[in-house]
Amino acid sequence: MKWIPHWMHELSSPPTFYRFATVMRPWFLVLALVTTAIGLYGGLVMAPADYQQGDVFRIIYIHVPSAEMSLFVYGVMAVAGFIAVVWRIKLAESVAMQSAPVGAAFTFITLVTGSIWGEPTWGTWWTWDARLTSELVLLFLYLGVIGLFHAFEDRRQGARAASFLVLVGVINLPIVHYSVQWWNTLHQGTTVRLFGPSRIEADMLWPLLVMMLATKFYWAASLCGRVRTDLLSLESGKHWVRDLAQKEGH
Amino acid sequence: MAAFWHMGGYAPYVWSAYAVFFVVLLADYLAPVFRRRRVLRELHARMQRQKSRDARKAALHATPPDSETDRTSTSPSP
Repeated sequence: MKWIPHWMHELSSPPTFYRFATVMRPWFLVLALVTTAIGLYGGLVMAPADYQQGDVFRIIYIHVPSAEMSLFVYGVMAVAGFIAVVWRIKLAESVAMQSAPVGAAFTFITLVTGSIWGEPTWGTWWTWDARLTSELVLLFLYLGVIGLFHAFEDRRQGARAASFLVLVGVINLPIVHYSVQWWNTLHQGTTVRLFGPSRIEADMLWPLLVMMLATKFYWAASLCGRVRTDLLSLESGKHWVRDLAQKEGH
Repeated sequence: MAAFWHMGGYAPYVWSAYAVFFVVLLADYLAPVFRRRRVLRELHARMQRQKSRDARKAALHATPPDSETDRTSTSPSP
């Protein structure tokens, strides 16, 4: 494993990562709040109303970034889960397991905001079409991972078992992403495209991209908070945690 | 400003969606904050208990071995 850079090896030690996360978390949160303020000002105030949907289209500025995060977080969780299963690195186990709640939160937001958006535009809160159903399956996968993790007495064993479930569930990611192309769905097609022109006006597009950045920053802050707390209880017998409890445990 | 809050008649939809977004993420952010505090407090309490247990044990061993009947009084007598 000589190809792993020294700083990465260093950062994967729990006390080092704890300090890193403690320092970085407020910065990520500030960045998230600033970009959210800019993005929502652009999306809610500056962008014009949609010519077909009117102002209800403005739900896009939270719905699409959350939907993207629901897949992105699963991807990160799968990479960490793979490392946890193969190399059994404690930090990777923690990152994989602590990704699940924030991923579930974004998936839940996606489903609820989509439902609220669907009622006035489609005339229904819910329909069993490919995009909506596969996103619901994603939520159940997140909840399944959380449940399996907590079902084990030994936390590290639970983390590895749940990581295995994470890897099996990766199959759902392309299904969610391509569902609007593979099946005839009520859900509209892809609006923002990495390759080729996006199907949206620039005035409406930039706030969406800013909000996608904001949710990334938020995710980083959330993960720092969860992983550092998890490391404390995982390493509660170690000196660095006992010192911390001595100082802050009143 | 009133037009902004009105959202072209879609106010209940738009604002409830935004409320869900912020409430869920706020809960997600605060959960580990409270959990961290609880973990540290519990560990601190456990360390305190361990410390007083160790002190008692030390006092017990400090009593001379011939005073077998006096084992129950662990307070260091002058």
